Amino acid sequence: MEPSAVETSALGRRYGRRWALARVNLQVARGERLLIAGANGSGKSTLLRVLASLLAPSIGSARVFGHDVATEPSAVRARVALLTYTPGVYEDLSARENLRAQLRLLGRDDAPEALLERVGLELRDDPVRGYSAGMRKRLSFARLLMQRPDLALLDEPYGQLDPEGFKMVDGLVAELSQAGATVIMASHMVERAGALCDRGVLIDQGQVRWEGPGPQTARAWDAAHGGGR
Amino acid sequence: MKWENWVGLLGLALISVGHYQGLFVAPPEAMMGDVGRILYAHVPTAWVALVVYLVAFVAAVGSLGSGKRGWDALVESAVEVGVVLNLLLLFQGAVWAKPTWGVFWTWDPRLTTTAIMAVSFIGVLVLRAMLNRPAQRAVASAVYTIFAFVSVPVVYFSVKWWKTLHQPFSSPETVDSPMVTPLRVAAFGMLFLAVFLMARRWRLAYAKLSREDEAPDLPPAAAAIRLEGGGA
Amino acid sequence: MIPTRPGLVRQIVAVIHKDLLVEWRGQARLLAMGTYAVTLLLLFSFAVGPDTKTLQQHAAGYVWLALLSASTMTLTQSFRVETEAGALEALLMLPVDHRAIYFGKALANTALLVVLACLVMPVAAVLFDLSAAEGLYWLLPPIVLGAAGLAGPGTLYAALTARVAAQQLMLPLLLFPLIVPALVAAVKSTSLVLQGDPMGQMSSWLIVLASFDLIFWSLSGLLFAKVVEE
Repeated sequence: MEPSAVETSALGRRYGRRWALARVNLQVARGERLLIAGANGSGKSTLLRVLASLLAPSIGSARVFGHDVATEPSAVRARVALLTYTPGVYEDLSARENLRAQLRLLGRDDAPEALLERVGLELRDDPVRGYSAGMRKRLSFARLLMQRPDLALLDEPYGQLDPEGFKMVDGLVAELSQAGATVIMASHMVERAGALCDRGVLIDQGQVRWEGPGPQTARAWDAAHGGGR
Repeated sequence: MKWENWVGLLGLALISVGHYQGLFVAPPEAMMGDVGRILYAHVPTAWVALVVYLVAFVAAVGSLGSGKRGWDALVESAVEVGVVLNLLLLFQGAVWAKPTWGVFWTWDPRLTTTAIMAVSFIGVLVLRAMLNRPAQRAVASAVYTIFAFVSVPVVYFSVKWWKTLHQPFSSPETVDSPMVTPLRVAAFGMLFLAVFLMARRWRLAYAKLSREDEAPDLPPAAAAIRLEGGGA
Repeated sequence: MIPTRPGLVRQIVAVIHKDLLVEWRGQARLLAMGTYAVTLLLLFSFAVGPDTKTLQQHAAGYVWLALLSASTMTLTQSFRVETEAGALEALLMLPVDHRAIYFGKALANTALLVVLACLVMPVAAVLFDLSAAEGLYWLLPPIVLGAAGLAGPGTLYAALTARVAAQQLMLPLLLFPLIVPALVAAVKSTSLVLQGDPMGQMSSWLIVLASFDLIFWSLSGLLFAKVVEE
C-alpha cells in the first residue's frame, strides 16, 4: 500500500515552554484537499512548517509520503512546496530573475514567463522591492507552481489578495488538485476555502477540535468561536 | 561528597607540594635564576589550558553529532574554565617576560597564539550569551568552538614563521631532572583542579540548560466539537 | 514525480550566478563598499603621517586591513539579502544540496572581495607610490587566495550570526581572531610583490595561504548544513 500524503501521530511542537501544537493525529490521503481552520496563533502555521520539515517535531512524528520529516528532510522537501507570508525572493531582482534563478537551481531552463502570466503578474523588469503585498503573494504562487509539488502547503493563500486574486487562488488550487497534488491550506476564509476542500480540520490552541467535510468547517468555526468570524 | 570535590582537594594538595618543591627544594634555573621558578606555575597552566580546550573541542563535536544537552553543557563549562586558565597564562607570561626580556609583551609566536586563543574562546562565551534559542545556541557555539580549536595550531605556525624568538617548548625532557618531579606534580595538581572546576561548572550549566528547556506537560486533551444535525 | 536533480557543480554555479546577480543589481552597495575601503586607506595615511617611505613599507598591511573591514560588510550583506524576504528558507525548501549553497555563496563572496581589491589596489598604488618589479599582475595570487581566506570562514560565520541582533558586532568579533593566519600570509605575500622578494619567500607564504583556505573551506563546507538548519 502506498503511504498517505501526510500522517502524523501524537505530533507536538513547543516553542520554549509553550506548546504550539499538541496531540495532532492527522491523516491526509493523496490528492485530498484539506482546510485547516483556526484563530490566530492556534498552531496552523506551525503545523504547516513541521510538515515542510522546516521545524522539527518536539514530540510524536510526522510522515510525508512515508518519509519522516525529522530524519529525512531532503526526501520530504523534494516533493513539498510551502507558501508562506514571506515571498521567499531576492528584493533586488525582478520577478522573472527570481524565478529563473530558482529554476536554474533545480536544473531546469523552462521560461518563467508562463508562470508569471498564470498568476497574473505583468512582465516587468523592476525589482521586487517595489511590489505591493498582493503582487508579492502572486509571485509566491508562481514560485510554488514552479516547484511542481506533490504536496502543496498553503499558509493563508488568500491573504493580501483582492477579490480577483481570490478567484485566481480557487483556480490554482483546482489546477494543483487536477495535476494530482495534495493540497493543505490554512486559511481564515473558512466559507470560501471550505467549499473548495474535501475535508476541514479545526485547530484550537494547538489541538484538533473538529474534523469533517470541508463545507461544514464554517459551522464548526461558529460552534467553537461563537459565530465571531 | 561528590567525586569532583575529592579530585579538587587532591589537585590542591599536589599543587602545594609541587610549588613547595619548586620554590624551596629545586635548584634555581640555570639561565634565569629564581625568576625561572615561575615555570612551575606557568608550564602546568599552559598544558592544562590546552587539555581543557581539547575537552571543549571533543564536547563540541559530541554536541553537534548528538544534539544532547550534556555535551552542550560541557562545551560551556570547558570553554569557560579554558578561558580562565588562558587569561591566567597571559598574566603569568607578562610577569615572566618583564624581568627576562625587559618587556611585558613581545610578538613571540606562543605568546601571540595564546592571546588570539583567548580572544577566540571568549567569542564563544559572548556568542552563547547572545543567543537564546537552546538548539541554535548549542549548534552555533559548537561550530565556533571547533573552529577556534582548529585554528590554534594554524595561528601558531603562521605567527612562528612571521617572527620567531622564544625558547624551545618546555617539556620534562628539556628541563633539568631535579625540576622534573615538582613540575609534573604541579601539572597533575593543575589538571585535577581543572577537572574539579569543569565538573562543578558542568553541573551548573546542565541544571540551567535543563530548566530552561524543560518540556512542560502537554496541555489536557481538548474536547471535540460536535455539530448538531449530522456533520462529523 | 521527482525530477532529476542537477549535480553539485551545476548547483554551485547556479548559486554563484544568483548571488552575483543580486550583488550586481545592488550596485550602489558595491560602490559604497569600495568607497569605504578607499576612505580607510586615506585614514591610515593620515594616522601614520605623510612619510612616503613608511607608507610604502606598510602599504600591503593597510590594503588588507581595509579589505578586511569592508569584507565584514559584504559578508553581512550576503545574508541580509537572504533573510529579508525569506529567500534562504525558500532556498532550503528546494531540493538543493546545502554544500552547494555554502560553496556557491563563499565563491561569490570571494569574487566580490577580489573585485573590491582590484578597485582598492590601484588607488593604493597611486596614494603610496607603489610599483612592483615583476609587474602588478603578480598581486593576483595573494589577492585571490587572501580573499578566499576571508570569504571561506566568513560566509559560515555570517550564516552563524545571521540571526543575532548585533550581527555587525558579532561577525568581526568571531571572524577576526580566526583569520589572523590568512591576514599575516596575505600581507606578507602582497608585500613581497611590492617590495621585492630577494629571499624567494613568496611561494612559502602562498602555500600557507592556500593551506589555510583548504582547511577552513573544507571545515565550513562540512558544518554549514548544521548552521543553516538551526
